Amino acid sequence: MIVGASLAGVRAARAARHAGHTGTIILIGAEEHLPYDRPPLSKTFLTHSSDHPAAHEPDEQAHPPAPAVLMAEDELRDDLGVDLRLGVTATGLDTDSRELLLHDQQRLPYDRLIIATGATARRWPTTTHLAGLHYLRTLDDARALRAALARTTNLVIIGAGFIGSEVAATATQHGIHATIVETQDTPLAHAVGQTAGTALARLHTQAGTTLKCGVQVTDFSGTGHIEQVHLSDGSVLPADTVLVGIGAVPTTGWLTDSGVALDDGVACDPYLATSAPGVYAAGDLARFPHPRREGTLRLEHWTAAAEQGAHAARNAITTAAPTRYEPVPYVWSDWYSHRIQIIGDPHTDQPSTLIGDPDTGQFTVLYRHNNHITAALAVNQPRAIAKLRRLITQKAPWADALTQTTTLNPPATPPAGSRTESRAT
Amino acid sequence: MNIHIDPDRCTGHGVCEGLAEDIFEVGDDGLAHLLQDPPPNDRREVIEQAVQQCPTLALRLADAPPS
Ligand SMILES: Cc1cc2nc3c(=O)[nH]c(=O)nc-3n(C[C@H](O)[C@H](O)[C@H](O)COP(=O)(O)OP(=O)(O)OC[C@H]3O[C@@H](n4cnc5c(N)ncnc54)[C@H](O)[C@@H]3O)c2cc1C
Ligand code: SF4
Repeated sequence: MIVGASLAGVRAARAARHAGHTGTIILIGAEEHLPYDRPPLSKTFLTHSSDHPAAHEPDEQAHPPAPAVLMAEDELRDDLGVDLRLGVTATGLDTDSRELLLHDQQRLPYDRLIIATGATARRWPTTTHLAGLHYLRTLDDARALRAALARTTNLVIIGAGFIGSEVAATATQHGIHATIVETQDTPLAHAVGQTAGTALARLHTQAGTTLKCGVQVTDFSGTGHIEQVHLSDGSVLPADTVLVGIGAVPTTGWLTDSGVALDDGVACDPYLATSAPGVYAAGDLARFPHPRREGTLRLEHWTAAAEQGAHAARNAITTAAPTRYEPVPYVWSDWYSHRIQIIGDPHTDQPSTLIGDPDTGQFTVLYRHNNHITAALAVNQPRAIAKLRRLITQKAPWADALTQTTTLNPPATPPAGSRTESRAT
Repeated sequence: MNIHIDPDRCTGHGVCEGLAEDIFEVGDDGLAHLLQDPPPNDRREVIEQAVQQCPTLALRLADAPPS
């Protein structure tokens, strides 16, 4: 039994079958849509056709644009033999009787259960009666935002995280005036550190997106619909549409009092097993022991959800010894025509090193812990990432990583402390 | 043994290259490419591992048709 029919859930179903599970697989999803892929929703989906989103708008009411599905329906139902139940919400879990509780009071017994209900966009803390406030997590959100953008001249995005940044990029590229408002002084500093955050901010300002950091949104005003956004520095921004991109919270409300231990997500052991017998968790909500550091880790990235779904399913059905989940995290994000890739665990508490020039749109930031490399953020360096993955997995010495990266990306002026490599021609 | 790389799925993070850098390389286009096509049979095991571990399911292994 798998709860949550998205990336982690679908991959769990597939892996269970491939690992030889012959029994029933029930996949339960609250959304009516066939399992779909979320990353395109903040990128190509918002504009879809190559022209402005305003194109074909009346058509869209009748035929809303289709998302990219994770797996064809017949493949899922017929080839993998999955009992897919869409539009069904789990409301609780009885871990004593091993039953899943559904919104229609049904109780479904399970032997093994995988929790994959992901995350939900964090809501804006105050309510407004004005229309025009958007979130972006689901296909329905994306369709609503897409329709709104077709009528938007001024877009205000609250939060300079990945989703806000991607939407800003997509909007700016389509001639919408986008402003990002961010409370921190440096965007994404908590995730990638000061150096990389500053370099990434350049990508926005260079492309013509306005970035307002160190200020907060205090209020919205307008008649019926948002027309202005008020900031803590007293300034007022014109706005037709506001996107709130202030992160996501794990969807664990339905597990309260279930006996499954929660800890900003679902608490798991290294095998992705929860505190309840036979119950595993995977994807955005799974919190597990950090394989390389003190403490625990929860990843909200595509690759992690895909891997964890499969991993949890294999551990759930195996009769042999379960295996530990010890990932090297990987995230990508597309802004304007830039591809950003992050591999490993950025140690944001230690100084990181920038190689390359952010103004050229090609650079790498390397992260260290003591004397070895732990992570890298690369912008438009597609060849570098696989090589850095290797070094990070091997916990290679810092100096080696520096040399290799400098070779791949010869800087105009070599950074202090690194060797200049002459490139063979 | 033939390997197919689906360019619509590959996101270029190089799990495959990490496993077998003699066979896969992520190129400047951000996609994995084969360095040896067809790959040597004695690398089958590690290639199967790459097919299994590619997070986007971009790799497919097909036995070469008998010629
Ligand atoms: C717009 C957007 C863009 C993104 N872009 C990138 C990117 O470029 N790179 C990257 O690495 N990651 C990206 N991500 C993150 C990535 O998509 C997520 O990490 C991934 O979707 C997590 O998968 P999941 O299966 O854990 O959870 P989710 O995808 O959140 O799915 C959970 C599912 O469970 C269902 N559900 C919830 N509660 C219940 C219930 N009680 N009963 C039944 N069903 C329930 C939900 O309806 C949902 O379908 C993006 C995310 C978004 C929203
Ligand atoms: S592991 Fe898969 S997605 Fe990653 S580079 Fe290789 S083929 Fe592409």
